[in-house]
Amino acid sequence: MSAGANTLTVAAARDALRKRELSAVDLTMACLTAMDAGDGLNAFAHKTPEIALAQARAADARLAAGAAPDLCGIPLGIKDLFCTRGVASQAASNILRGFRPEYESTVTAQLFAAGAVMLGKLNMDEFAMGSSNETSCYGDAVNPWRRAGDDTALTPGGSSGGSASAVAADLCLAATGTDTGGSIRQPAAFTGIVGIKPTYGRVSRWGIIAFASSLDQAGPMTKTVRDATLLLGAMAGHDPKDSTSADLPVPDFEAALTGDIRGKTIGIPREYRMDGMPAEIEALWVHGTAMLKDAGARIVDISLPHTKYALPAYYVIAPAEASSNLARYDGVRYGHRAKLAQGDGITEMYEKTRAEGFGKEVQRRVMIGTYVLSAGFYDAYYNRARKVRALIKRDFDLAFAAGVDAILTPATPSSAFGLGEMAHADPVEMYLNDVFTVTVNLAGLPGIAVPVGLDAKGLPLGLQLIGKPWQEADLLNHAYVLEQAAGFVAKAPKWW
Amino acid sequence: MSIDIETARRVAKLARIRVDEADLPALAGELSGILRFMEQLNEVDVTGTEPMTSVTPMRLKRRADVVTDGNIQGAILKNAPDAREGFFAVPKVVE
Repeated sequence: MSAGANTLTVAAARDALRKRELSAVDLTMACLTAMDAGDGLNAFAHKTPEIALAQARAADARLAAGAAPDLCGIPLGIKDLFCTRGVASQAASNILRGFRPEYESTVTAQLFAAGAVMLGKLNMDEFAMGSSNETSCYGDAVNPWRRAGDDTALTPGGSSGGSASAVAADLCLAATGTDTGGSIRQPAAFTGIVGIKPTYGRVSRWGIIAFASSLDQAGPMTKTVRDATLLLGAMAGHDPKDSTSADLPVPDFEAALTGDIRGKTIGIPREYRMDGMPAEIEALWVHGTAMLKDAGARIVDISLPHTKYALPAYYVIAPAEASSNLARYDGVRYGHRAKLAQGDGITEMYEKTRAEGFGKEVQRRVMIGTYVLSAGFYDAYYNRARKVRALIKRDFDLAFAAGVDAILTPATPSSAFGLGEMAHADPVEMYLNDVFTVTVNLAGLPGIAVPVGLDAKGLPLGLQLIGKPWQEADLLNHAYVLEQAAGFVAKAPKWW
Repeated sequence: MSIDIETARRVAKLARIRVDEADLPALAGELSGILRFMEQLNEVDVTGTEPMTSVTPMRLKRRADVVTDGNIQGAILKNAPDAREGFFAVPKVVE
């Protein structure tokens, strides 16, 4: 059954591997073949077939011995933001060209310890700053989906665009992503897959190249909700090397998928009904609400009054943290160093290195962050944004205290747009892509995008469920109910 | 609040990113647009609200103050653009 094995879900592949109906090497070969045939998607930035096959052989030995973990022999793609020992890890930035970490991120170390196989590193927006994968030094990743009767290349979303594209196109069984303002959920919605951002602190950030440390959180991007439970279980857990990682037990997320949400309360936040929201998004949201109601949940209207201030608060806080985190790229310890002219000193080295190494969007955000943190503006911008952030979190706290179990919203304000279509837009217009997702990062909550339908152009649309802190198990069960009710099974017709 | 060319030049300097003189007006315009977007935050009444310092109300873990790593000079220098005699090398800093 190895032909077409790359199209399996993680759960189905696990079962087949355990029954020895399929070998990890054959499964990996099927994915490597699909990966090579998928170059038109530009999803993989660095391929690691030798590592993959060595890991697959080790997985087969472990499977033969019995009692192998869920992910044993499962081929994954890894976002380029994760440091992987000896393998290029450059956050899709020229400033990290040639960087090969001497260490392994906690997340990838845990995945490999569980027997997972790494096919390669996935394309993304530079330093995870972007919503379309168009800021990458590797070029644009491409969405496997196209509008009906139109071969315009579409964005897979961003920043985890390569992850989304690779999973949707069956180049790998699942992938890792990271989400600072929506970078797992928006690309998942644009490509018809599942993506969960866990509670801040659930997954270790150690060895993940930092963007905005108080917002960054890694999570899985998968074909199904069940697959998300398997990946998240292996990625999560306390790590002494990340002081913000939570010392809490990791539940059996898969066991939480009972499919029963009777008596649960779902909040529908009125502030997410944006002016000018496409009718199709509105209809999808109503449809999703009805599906959860049919499953026995109670639907209540709720108010999250500070929602409209989430994006401006985010675009103060995230660049401020980024300007600090990205100060380390100075051309001294790793990565790119500019060629210097006669007489250039260390300041010229910094300035030329960073001008050459960082792309336009990264430069813009570093400079905005520098400005809002500079003397005289710190209180007016940065401290005010942190106060607004506290109010945004309080909105959610109040909703949950009033008995809400999960909140249902659209995942994105549109379906996937064309690559280049936003090229002449104001930077702020691109930022609006995160309007439904960014609140969740600011409040540190878990959020999941679930594919629910296709729009009139034939493109996938997703809904987002937001859960209580540390209640990913319950959130995943809600997502599972929505997934089963929606019955989304469409795949992008293969053109690549 | 808008960012003029002089401020853009100063921000670029603080950020240690070289920006050509010819590019400063466009940069100032872009930064001003983003700042205008942020100014919506002035509509919010934040009286009595403390700035958020930690999204989850938990105490950061502490660990024993002991050496847990070390003696990896080679690994640390491995990715350096210019490493010599066990050090990172940079252009001359003092005359």
